[in-house]
Amino acid sequence: MLRYLTKRVMLLIGIVFVISVGSFYLIHLLPGNPATVILGFGATPEAKAVLYKQLGLSKPIYLQYFVWLGNILHGNLGISFISQTTVASVIRSALPIDLEIIGISQVFAFAAAIPIAMRSARKPDGIVDRILGAGSFTLLSIPPYILIVVLVLFISIKLGVAGTGPSAYVSGGSFFTNLESFSLPAFTLATGSFVIYYRVLRSDLIATLQEEFITMARSKGLSQRRIMWRHAFRPSSVALLGAASVNIGGLIAAGFIVQYLLQIPGLGYTLILAINSSDFLVVQGIVLTVSVLVVAINFFFDFVINVVDPRISRE
Amino acid sequence: MSSYSPENLSLAESALMGVKEEPGQPLGVFFWICVGWVGLNLIGAIFANVLPLQNPIYGNYNLVNAAPSLHHLFGTDDLGRDIFARVVYGSRVSITVGLGSILIGYCIGAPLGMLAAYRRGRFDAILTGFMYLLLAFPAIIATIAILSFWSPRSLFKIIVVIGIASVPLVYRVIRTATLSVATKDYVIAAKVQGATDRRILMKELLPNIAPIALSFFLIGLATIIILEGALAFLGLSVNPPTPSWGNMINEARTVLSQNIWLALFPSLALCLFLIALNFIGDRIRSHFDVTEVKL
Repeated sequence: MLRYLTKRVMLLIGIVFVISVGSFYLIHLLPGNPATVILGFGATPEAKAVLYKQLGLSKPIYLQYFVWLGNILHGNLGISFISQTTVASVIRSALPIDLEIIGISQVFAFAAAIPIAMRSARKPDGIVDRILGAGSFTLLSIPPYILIVVLVLFISIKLGVAGTGPSAYVSGGSFFTNLESFSLPAFTLATGSFVIYYRVLRSDLIATLQEEFITMARSKGLSQRRIMWRHAFRPSSVALLGAASVNIGGLIAAGFIVQYLLQIPGLGYTLILAINSSDFLVVQGIVLTVSVLVVAINFFFDFVINVVDPRISRE
Repeated sequence: MSSYSPENLSLAESALMGVKEEPGQPLGVFFWICVGWVGLNLIGAIFANVLPLQNPIYGNYNLVNAAPSLHHLFGTDDLGRDIFARVVYGSRVSITVGLGSILIGYCIGAPLGMLAAYRRGRFDAILTGFMYLLLAFPAIIATIAILSFWSPRSLFKIIVVIGIASVPLVYRVIRTATLSVATKDYVIAAKVQGATDRRILMKELLPNIAPIALSFFLIGLATIIILEGALAFLGLSVNPPTPSWGNMINEARTVLSQNIWLALFPSLALCLFLIALNFIGDRIRSHFDVTEVKL
């Protein structure tokens, strides 16, 4: 376990290093002098001096990386030249919105996928399984940016449910305010995740239910429910966790899309606004944060999978 | 490698985790309907400027947000442009980006994957480690980041960025598929007979991984078309007035309450095309009995 963990941590450090180099280099993809592109032509010499110090622009490029990295490690991601606030504070106010939407969606996705996958796996190729299979296959081909548009069209516009439409979000407030405006985004993300979890868990459960220990449990006369939850679900939950881990990157991107449509000021909406107004340090900061977050969450899931099934680390 | 480590799954590949069906299951009528639909879309995309369509960029300001009629089959958008023509022209962008990117992925990823699985040893270890490092990257976010900085945007850059992002995915699928056939008796027999490496790769391994390669090609194509749509929706794909399915849905966003046709038809076109691609890919996989255990 310890050896496995050290190996994973080494890999994690490697990936984060690559991500940091990639995010750093983004600025140099801009045409022309980064300082001019980021600040615009009318920038004051003082602003330019601050940016030069932030990015170390007067030094050779490999030294620039270390200057930049040093700043990042001290939590200094630079200053947004549009809002004149620090990029770190922009991210701090936007990130909780993403996490809340994703969190709610995942609760619903798991709550729906687990029992439905069990129902499907009980009689593979039965009528229920076939209908669910065809339904999930269709849902797999509906991208989030279509689902959210359809939902807004019917629920917010045709039915006129208050608080769900575009720009219904009110900034400030606690976790429980704005739940209405999060409902459609969370539902969209939950649907996408549900399809994946359902399909993965279903096929894994079918395989698990053919194992000898299930036959053993059946011959002992245990109830169907007990066999499903205690004997089949536990080994199959590893596949589910693996799917959830891989899903997280796509989930964040899908979150960007639904926020953009509904103008909810999470990371996604902030990112697109920053791209459209050429506020590149904000873009860079968000990209870096999200990438590191995704990798860290993957690492966490990996760890949980090992706790659930210690055989993996012994391979 | 255990079959359920997180690296072994991805959004695209989860589509491959279908029902474990009987080997050699017949393709069925719906399969051919899907093939026909994909073919129809391809013909529409290739011959859009020869077909008797209205100008997709010309706006008739006397007829904005019109409902479908005989003259405008799908109605008109908020600038009075014919939605039907724009949907047909819009397929060009999606299909070009999809095919171009997945071809880049296959041209680089497939030969490397086959070689790595056939040679094994250090070459395989280093290459696979490198590819897994790339896979850990959240590809969608990296794509958004690169496209937002690498201005001015063009179709070519979009294809290159998505194409390179798809290399490790293709590599992994092809490598795993090759691994499962590289130890089969007929490959060893060919080696014993003194066949050259090139002959074994081309005549023994390639035909046997072709179904998986084709299946993943179609499912990967569908995934990339979804991604292109997402980029277009966020305004990071081709610039207006060039229509694409994604940017049409994006334009519909602002006039949802006045004009549902503008959201409906490109969405429908996109979804039907994706369902057809996914279904063909899935059916090819089950027809040749490729179970997920091998992937």
